[in-house]
Amino acid sequence: MGKFFAVTIVVIAILSAIPIVRHTWEAPADVSAHGALIDEQMSETMAEAGLSFLASQFLLGWFIWRYSAFKPGDKIKSFPGGAKTMVWAAFLLVGTECLALGVFGVKAWASVYLTPPAADAMTMQVQAGQFAFYFRYPGPDGKLGPIHANLINEANQNFYGLDQDHDTDSKDDIVTAEMAIPVNREVHLLMHSKDVGHSFYVPALRVHQDFVPGLDVSLHFTATKVGRYEIVCTQLCGLGHYNMKAYLSVLSPQDFDDWIKKQAALQ
Amino acid sequence: MHDMSAHAHATHQAPTSFIRKHVFSLDHKVIGKQYYGMALAAVIIGMFLSWLMRIHLGWTNFAIPGLHILSANGAPGNVMTPEYYLQLMTMHATIMVFFVLTTAPFAAFGNYFLPIQVGAEDMPFPHFNMMSFWVTFVGFLVLVSSFFVSDGPTLGGWTQYAPLSAVGSVGGPGQGLGVVLWAASIAIFCVGQLLGSLNFITTTLDMRTKGMSMWRLPLSAWAWFITSVMGLTAFAVLMPACILLILDHVAGTSFFVPSNLVINDQMQPHAGGSTLLWQHLFWFFGHPEVYIAIVPGMGIVSHVLITNLRRPMLSHRVLIYSMGALAVLSYMVYGHHMFVSGMNPVSSLAFSFPTLVITIPSTIVVLIWLGSLYGSKMRINTASLFALGFISMFISGGVSGFFLAQPSIDIMLHATYFVVGHFHMVMGVAAMFGIFAGTYFWFPKMYGRMMNETLGKTHFWLTFVGAYCIFMPFHYLGIAGNVRRYQAFVDDYLQPLIPVHRFITVAAVATGAVQLIFLFNLFYSRFWGEPAPDNPWQGTSLEWSTPTTPPPHNNFGDHLPVVYHDPYQYGVESSTGDYVMQTSPEQVNNGHDEA
Repeated sequence: MGKFFAVTIVVIAILSAIPIVRHTWEAPADVSAHGALIDEQMSETMAEAGLSFLASQFLLGWFIWRYSAFKPGDKIKSFPGGAKTMVWAAFLLVGTECLALGVFGVKAWASVYLTPPAADAMTMQVQAGQFAFYFRYPGPDGKLGPIHANLINEANQNFYGLDQDHDTDSKDDIVTAEMAIPVNREVHLLMHSKDVGHSFYVPALRVHQDFVPGLDVSLHFTATKVGRYEIVCTQLCGLGHYNMKAYLSVLSPQDFDDWIKKQAALQ
Repeated sequence: MHDMSAHAHATHQAPTSFIRKHVFSLDHKVIGKQYYGMALAAVIIGMFLSWLMRIHLGWTNFAIPGLHILSANGAPGNVMTPEYYLQLMTMHATIMVFFVLTTAPFAAFGNYFLPIQVGAEDMPFPHFNMMSFWVTFVGFLVLVSSFFVSDGPTLGGWTQYAPLSAVGSVGGPGQGLGVVLWAASIAIFCVGQLLGSLNFITTTLDMRTKGMSMWRLPLSAWAWFITSVMGLTAFAVLMPACILLILDHVAGTSFFVPSNLVINDQMQPHAGGSTLLWQHLFWFFGHPEVYIAIVPGMGIVSHVLITNLRRPMLSHRVLIYSMGALAVLSYMVYGHHMFVSGMNPVSSLAFSFPTLVITIPSTIVVLIWLGSLYGSKMRINTASLFALGFISMFISGGVSGFFLAQPSIDIMLHATYFVVGHFHMVMGVAAMFGIFAGTYFWFPKMYGRMMNETLGKTHFWLTFVGAYCIFMPFHYLGIAGNVRRYQAFVDDYLQPLIPVHRFITVAAVATGAVQLIFLFNLFYSRFWGEPAPDNPWQGTSLEWSTPTTPPPHNNFGDHLPVVYHDPYQYGVESSTGDYVMQTSPEQVNNGHDEA
């Protein structure tokens, strides 16, 4: 039975690795300027983790195969080098691997979270609330008007609580249920939540950021390919969480201008 | 630290009444069995909930027969509503993490065997010990009662992130009374576990018999000791966090709720709170908690494995140091649950380094086990199969942690099924395998009967293959970006993944059904199993030297044992064969005593 167990372990390990090696299920293709660093980090981690996984399962299988088939006269043997070998192996192999990935991973992380947005980034805003995202563009004056939480009224479609009668900056703001951005232009996305915790995840764009009620957070990124992508909420926010999504259209600069004009007319 | 000969005993007379023998018992052995019974009931409920979840995920509009009886609001016409899915999910996780994984490997086996393995009559505070079970049980009842209140249980996940958890019923069904009951249940659970930890720590430090130095304790005893120290510090943070959450509900406070929140077009009457504060408090507990769930399993598996390898562990002390290192590091890594939470992104980098470093002691533990297999005389029985299976599962689960430890990769994998696959592999499978290994191994000592080996091996094979079929695909789903905690998959990019979910559901229901074999074996063997000898596995530690099987009320009869050897003196030449018991004064050839 030991040999059967050994074979089972090896077969399971190989079967588990096949979908990874064949890329059967993958993240959507990267359409961001910074995503290559993340994808590279993922590939390297997959290679090292995958090799560690296979090597250790094979070793487990081999030892079970070999040592469950002992004969009564066999003598107990100790692993060459004893525990010291194992401790050194752990520190050297795993330790250097971990630190290397950790150090190189800093660059990928920093490019998203520790660099300021470009001075000429397009600023816009997203508000998350049970169970929809609403987007706001500053309009020709380039300014986003103040939000008055006490004026928020979804029934009247005043999602942001704008006082367009009294706040001049709000008068030309454009509020939409779909997000659109121009391709190859950095976007500075201001984020806040109207009610509970939510999250902004666009797999194709390689961005992920929680909304924190009470805190203004932001993301900046550049989309490199025209297309239509999904924004999904990933922070459990209530019964409609599964359905909380929006579409992101990445448009050519001309198409984006047309789109913004059309949205402004609909306000 | 000193070992004791004639010292203050935790003596209590053998009980005579039924209530004292089986209900309100001071005997650690009975308390251990009570914890096991509670964990068994909890895991049956938890697994049933997971079946409901999995069926719904595979076939969202399917009318599950009889579901409306469980909840008329939650399943009108037997079709699960979105909120009911989240409520079942929350209860599944809470029941499994707290009332199965924290109780069975630690409170159940630990209560039964720690005093025996150190050579004591009982724990030093038997009344606190009795209270620890009953308080925990009350916590379980409070949690389950939330199924029966009008709005149902809370739907906020076992993590109960604020402000959803703190704003009350305006946040959704179950977010009023359901949250209060959840938080109260967990706070009560924490009290129970603190009482238990107190006993475990003092038993290990003060109740060891003559000759039993700390280094001579078996690895299971060390694991329970290390876990109880973690429990003391982790539950001591969760309990006040739950109390603050309750206060936000009932006392008009705003610990976790900032101002200017608008729900259903109404300004919420809160100001000044911090949503991230809840996450910090919760995960400061939450990360050590998952090590509380796995370290006892490591101890049990080490103990079961070595008895079946007939040779000493490659290094007893390195395993102890590694488990200790895991415990210490577990407090430094909690922020890896919060990489994209909105906390300072520099903090994310800071937390990722100890998270990567914790791979090292985890790897050492696995390598020591593997190195101990080398040159051994490996016995294959159900207990050793589950112990070996644990190693395979722990490798699988641990490797996925490697990805999640890096913030840059977490951008893609946070809140996806990759995370769910990771923690189910280590907790839902590996820790469960530790419980199974302990059960098959110690059942003969607890009940004087052997469990059926054919049924046991069948249970093992089907569960081992079934568990991989269920949880390996979770990782592929996560890589593809499948978000977790969704009751249905409506997004375009998720449609191609639905067949994978259906495969998982079939595997989950089948593997769950296989557990009936285990249940049958447990109950059948209890009454009709083959009578067991005192030492069926030729083990060396003190539980195998009790004068009777099951052990008498005071564990060792008239005289506490005296210890002469390290545990795990296997592969020696002695009068008993290839092992010498810790209590044997015989000096042997090829002995490996380190202490």
